[in-house]
Amino acid sequence: MNAPPASTPPRKLRVATVSLAGCFGCHMSLLDIDERLFDLVERIEFDRSPLTDIKTVGEVEQCDIGLVEGGLCNAENVEVLRAFRARCTVLVAVGACAITGGLPALRNHLDVGDILQSVYGRVPDDPELPLPLNRVLPIHEVVHIDHALPGCPPPADAFWQLLQDLMAGRTPVPAPGLIRYD
Amino acid sequence: MGDAADIMSEAARAAADAVLDRWQRDPHALVQVLRETQAIMHWLSRPLLAHIAAALGLTRAQVEGVAGFYRFFHTRPVGRTRLLFSDNITDRMLGSEALLAQLCARLGVAPGEVDAQGRFSVDRCSCTGLCDQGPALLVNHHQVITRLDATRVDALANLLLADTPVEQWPAAWFTVVDGVQRADVLLSGLAADAPTLPAVLAQSPQALLDEVAQSGLRGRGGAGFPTARKWQACRDAAGDLRVVVCNADEGEPGTFKDRVLLAFHADAVFDGMTVAARAVGAQQGFLYLRGEYRYLLPQLEGVLARRRAQGLLGRDACGVAGFGFDIAIHLGAGAYVCGEESALIESLEGKRGTPRIRPPFPVQAGYLGRPTVVNNVETFCAVAHIARRGGAWWAGIGTAQSTGTKIHSVSGDCARPGLYEYPLGTPIAQILDDCGARDVQAVQVGGPSGTCVPAADFGHTIAFEDVPSAGAFMVFDRTRDLFEVARHFARFFAHESCGLCTPCRVGTELVVRRLDKLAHARGAGSASAFDIERLHDLDTVLHSGTHCGLGASACNPLRDTMRHFGAAYAQRATAPQFQPDVDLDAELSAARRVTGRTDAGAHLHTDTPA
Repeated sequence: MNAPPASTPPRKLRVATVSLAGCFGCHMSLLDIDERLFDLVERIEFDRSPLTDIKTVGEVEQCDIGLVEGGLCNAENVEVLRAFRARCTVLVAVGACAITGGLPALRNHLDVGDILQSVYGRVPDDPELPLPLNRVLPIHEVVHIDHALPGCPPPADAFWQLLQDLMAGRTPVPAPGLIRYD
Repeated sequence: MGDAADIMSEAARAAADAVLDRWQRDPHALVQVLRETQAIMHWLSRPLLAHIAAALGLTRAQVEGVAGFYRFFHTRPVGRTRLLFSDNITDRMLGSEALLAQLCARLGVAPGEVDAQGRFSVDRCSCTGLCDQGPALLVNHHQVITRLDATRVDALANLLLADTPVEQWPAAWFTVVDGVQRADVLLSGLAADAPTLPAVLAQSPQALLDEVAQSGLRGRGGAGFPTARKWQACRDAAGDLRVVVCNADEGEPGTFKDRVLLAFHADAVFDGMTVAARAVGAQQGFLYLRGEYRYLLPQLEGVLARRRAQGLLGRDACGVAGFGFDIAIHLGAGAYVCGEESALIESLEGKRGTPRIRPPFPVQAGYLGRPTVVNNVETFCAVAHIARRGGAWWAGIGTAQSTGTKIHSVSGDCARPGLYEYPLGTPIAQILDDCGARDVQAVQVGGPSGTCVPAADFGHTIAFEDVPSAGAFMVFDRTRDLFEVARHFARFFAHESCGLCTPCRVGTELVVRRLDKLAHARGAGSASAFDIERLHDLDTVLHSGTHCGLGASACNPLRDTMRHFGAAYAQRATAPQFQPDVDLDAELSAARRVTGRTDAGAHLHTDTPA
């Protein structure tokens, strides 16, 4: 490693991550980059993410990268996704659910009102609770997405490749071996 | 309904059995058996399909797969009288949608719905090939009504409400005119003193083939493959039995030349098929007639019967010892993709019209694996002339690479729609001039899968080396919106995709949705430059990734209109950034209903705040 003779280290990239209607499996897969996490934290700083417990995305400053796991199953998901779009320069749809709706979208052929009634009897109506959408939607139907990382979950190496590409300012092109369409 | 539909009536069984017997319980005749059975029973119930499957030794899945594939087969109850409005863009330009709405309002049904008393159902279908005398509709997949107008539709509603049988409807409604506006050699017909077919067939097969080779004739179905080369390949292929098929599945919207050739020059078409059979050594011939042209069947069967009586077909046909050849007519059932030759062969074999992977090409292994020549109606018609007047004569017409004449089905914004036959190499401007088209913005040459030619290119000629054409010539004047034309064609392709490969099945639908978004047709979301980009992406995928030519050409109108009429798209893509085309607030409707909530948190904005 021939480090550039710069006096100040390069600015760390700000990365936000979230799981909407997902299972956190994609986040687990991200953690599977194992010891490369040490390299990563030298180069990036986490903003809102399950790893930091920061509640609002991009509150301190605009994020460079947003990784979104899961599709949209309720109104809150939509608001969070919109906040991510507004506060992240590059937004990536991560995993099958974010890209297609995935498993949660299996409910789409049923009426969500009927489901709520059969589950709860008297359906909770507290304004604190986000209302579910009639259909679970993939995130690209609601905001502009810059890149997609397919897989259920995408393998750790695919996350690593994506982050390296983005950190280097390259357009991410997943290597065929790293794509998992399942 | 469920129980009643599960029990097959004696009448249904008897009807199916009679049809099955007529087709000698040949499983390859499945499409024909279904068609004829449905003509009696109106629709095909599951028990009826199971009965047919057992009789033909096929599985229920095979039979239901075929019944579910073709648009003209009904696996749910329909009205006793079934009306299908031809839905080509030219029909719409003549007001078909307003007439459909008028009829539905009078009848109290929505398009696609069956009347509560089971008397009638009304829906749309792809182009019926009557663009020069539209708006048109199809009755019971059997007759056609042309030149619809408000008066005709009103009278039609009265007849339907009174349950009047179709036989008692005014005969004038069913009139189909030939509409020949400019005849050259093909539409003028064979000269009275032309040599007879037996005299022609006295030549050796090789001599017949040589004449066609010398003529430079190329296939008229659109691809322009040299006819003689196709024939030679079939002749050279291994096998004892060979087949000649005439592709009369004229499904390309805006094309109606084959309808006129079959109605008025059927003998020339059958002559051409017989010459081909002699040249390649075929014993079996098929005319695959699109279901929309069912009304031509009695006349065509009559011509074949006469030709058999004259000894032109059958054993030692045309007096050539050892040359046995006959022609059977098979009907399609409303599937555009069957115009593709390998899908057509699948359909002839009684299967779903899914295009085959090539090679092997049909000339090597076609119908039932036999070497098979498939040519267009117009090609065979040309052969009838070439065989009599010689290849050199035909080669002297047109251009060096595009010999002979070509028939154009002219429709749309012009004073004199109809058939125009010109030598190949004729400028588009001349055709427009001759048909009385004014202030023209664009011409769709060769149908939706062909080329959209803007006014700047009207100096180009119709020829394989310039603007090739399968025969459609739809004219759009300055009042037309080419974006809407492209959107209409996109719906056509999405409707007609055979469903086999994902790029086409899903891609054509994605194109429709994206164009709907640009048209703001779903009531939510404005389009932006992002949507135009996605359309370009889809165009690339469909042009490169589909199983067959249908998918590959499905984006041609999109590509051409985006290139030549980009402003029509840009003016619809005005949002500064991506907007969803989902009505997000409506997506909370079910949850609001069961919670009774009306607070601010129970609503969502659809548009992304700028």
